[in-house]
Amino acid sequence: MGAESLTGADKSSIAELRGATKRFGAVVAARDINLSINRGEFLSFLGPSGCGKTTALRMLAGFEAPTEGDIYLDGQRVNDIPAHQRPVNMVFQHYALFPHLTVAENISYGLRQRRPKPPAAEIEAAVNRALETVRLPGFGPRRIWEMSGGQQQRVALARAIINEPKLLLLDEPMAALDKKLRHDMQIELQTLQRKLGITFILVTHDQEEALSMSDRICIMRDGGIVQIGSPRDLYDRPKNRYVADFVGKSNFFEGRVTSVAGDTADLQGAAGISFIGHAGAGIAVGQRAIASLRPEQISLSRGDGGVPVTVVNRIFLGEHTEYLVQNPDLGQFLILASRQAEAGEGNLEPGETGSVSWRDGAALILNND
Amino acid sequence: MTTRLRTILLLTPAAAWLLAMLVLPLVVVVVFSFGERAAAGGYSAALTLENFANLGARWAAFKNTLMLAPAGTVLCLLIAYPLAYYLAVKADPKWRTLLLILVIVPFWTSILIRSYAWIYLLGGQGIPKLISTLGLGNPRLINTPFAVLIGIVYGYLPLMVFPIYVSLERLDKRLLEASADLGSPPWRSFLQVTLPLSMPGVATGCMLVFILLMGEFLIPAMLGGGKVFFVGNALVDLFLQSRNWPYGAAVAVALVVIMLVTVTAYMRFTRRWAGGRDDVSLM
Ligand SMILES: Nc1ncnc2c1ncn2[C@@H]1O[C@H](COP(=O)(O)OP(=O)(O)O)[C@@H](O)[C@H]1O
Ligand SMILES: [Mg+2]
Repeated sequence: MGAESLTGADKSSIAELRGATKRFGAVVAARDINLSINRGEFLSFLGPSGCGKTTALRMLAGFEAPTEGDIYLDGQRVNDIPAHQRPVNMVFQHYALFPHLTVAENISYGLRQRRPKPPAAEIEAAVNRALETVRLPGFGPRRIWEMSGGQQQRVALARAIINEPKLLLLDEPMAALDKKLRHDMQIELQTLQRKLGITFILVTHDQEEALSMSDRICIMRDGGIVQIGSPRDLYDRPKNRYVADFVGKSNFFEGRVTSVAGDTADLQGAAGISFIGHAGAGIAVGQRAIASLRPEQISLSRGDGGVPVTVVNRIFLGEHTEYLVQNPDLGQFLILASRQAEAGEGNLEPGETGSVSWRDGAALILNND
Repeated sequence: MTTRLRTILLLTPAAAWLLAMLVLPLVVVVVFSFGERAAAGGYSAALTLENFANLGARWAAFKNTLMLAPAGTVLCLLIAYPLAYYLAVKADPKWRTLLLILVIVPFWTSILIRSYAWIYLLGGQGIPKLISTLGLGNPRLINTPFAVLIGIVYGYLPLMVFPIYVSLERLDKRLLEASADLGSPPWRSFLQVTLPLSMPGVATGCMLVFILLMGEFLIPAMLGGGKVFFVGNALVDLFLQSRNWPYGAAVAVALVVIMLVTVTAYMRFTRRWAGGRDDVSLM
């Protein structure tokens, strides 16, 4: 099934949330969520803690019934179908592995719930395949507490994928891993998803994780979806300041929109400094808005041709150097300079002055919300 | 200070305590069991196996204890588990503390007084009267093994409820979600997750109740009416009434041996059952 879903032979959605709202008393954990999940895609819910990512996932898994709205799986309305009857599996935030069972027994748990029960030999073969897939061959007889955090995570993954679910839900699966391991696991998870062709939905508050792994990202805030799009869309065309701030780093400069022509707007910032760039949705002449400039879109030089700045701080990042600079009118902002761009100029030291400039069109003129 | 010396110093208080409270009395009992009854009662030094040879004379007490202690333990378990499950899982957290206190309340009154209540309830004016009034027969309850069993279950139920409650309360609810997620309906999740993970509590409760029941004497004395006596009653009789200390000591030694054997076998069994896990605490 993997190849078929990847080539997009079947584009219809595998799951859908229609106006899904979940209230816990006065708290609205999920607010009118409308989302169609494509077959075989890797989708992420990205947002700060408490914005309703887990709740959205739990509605798909069947642990929470929506207060309003509907949940569809593979074309079927599943609001009233309990979790144990949904063809969906979840990798829990803290794995929720069964402590009284071995690794193999944990992994085979799902198959053993099927009626009629598959033959023992078949289950064993499937467990061994799953262990191979998550690169834990031979670990079957181990006890859960004999496994490291990273290994437990793989067991949780194997326990879910062995069932070949239509939808694999992952709730911050990497949150408990250290940075190096997390990075390895991200790559592995992405490879695995391509290989299996299962639709993955990942919940994370880590933007890098979402950006590097997903086909599409759902940016969430206060229980609702702010913007859905590919990582590149969200990076290049954020809908508002919230998205621009959440996806990648950005500098924001307040001002008033002085002209809008087509999809280009001009914003006059402090001291009459002008920012020209793509106008976000709903930007009109005369309104207050913000210009978003990515640190890598600003160039810093020793001369005095542009906006004068003083270097406040400098962080060496290997291929890049990050500068924090200060302008009396614009305040402090970040610049990311590549090694190549700096080669001719020589590094500016903290305390030295220089000037910054950016291309016309580099900025994004956005609503400040 | 060497590690060795420090270890010895650290262990000394515990070892002294064990020696004074456990080993010495046991040694005294064992020594007594080989002695003879002094003319005026009590102990007179000797080295004889006669006391042990005579154990058969108290066979009824051993039989009653060995039947009613396990039966009482099992009955306690059967009643306590659903109760503990309700308290830990189903009950509204708002009422939980109150319900738990209700389970303990009987402990605030002496078992003696509570047994008197049962004497009345099971006696001619109590439940039997009700049954005969309803025309359902004319049962005799008081002074039967059944009465003793009721008293035992009533008295020891909280000791079984609490360890099970604790193990159920500690159970990670996400494991049940994981089980459901993997396709298991609720009743099977209970059998596959809840029950095995509450076994440490069950094991602890059973051990506690069983060991205490083996030494019980008050309930059989009151509800068994001298007809259903336990080894504990035999001991009271031998030490306090007939003052045959050596024979009483022999009976006590026999009881200790029986308990050691059963408890060891039980621990073997539960450990094997738990697959050699260390974290399944039995006590
Ligand atoms: N079972 C619940 N009862 C009450 N409030 C809840 C419950 N689950 C979640 N919430 C609330 O709903 C909001 C969203 O929670 P959640 O979906 O867990 O967020 P996230 O996963 O993005 O951190 C939070 O304010 C949280 O406190
Ligand atoms: Mg969460």
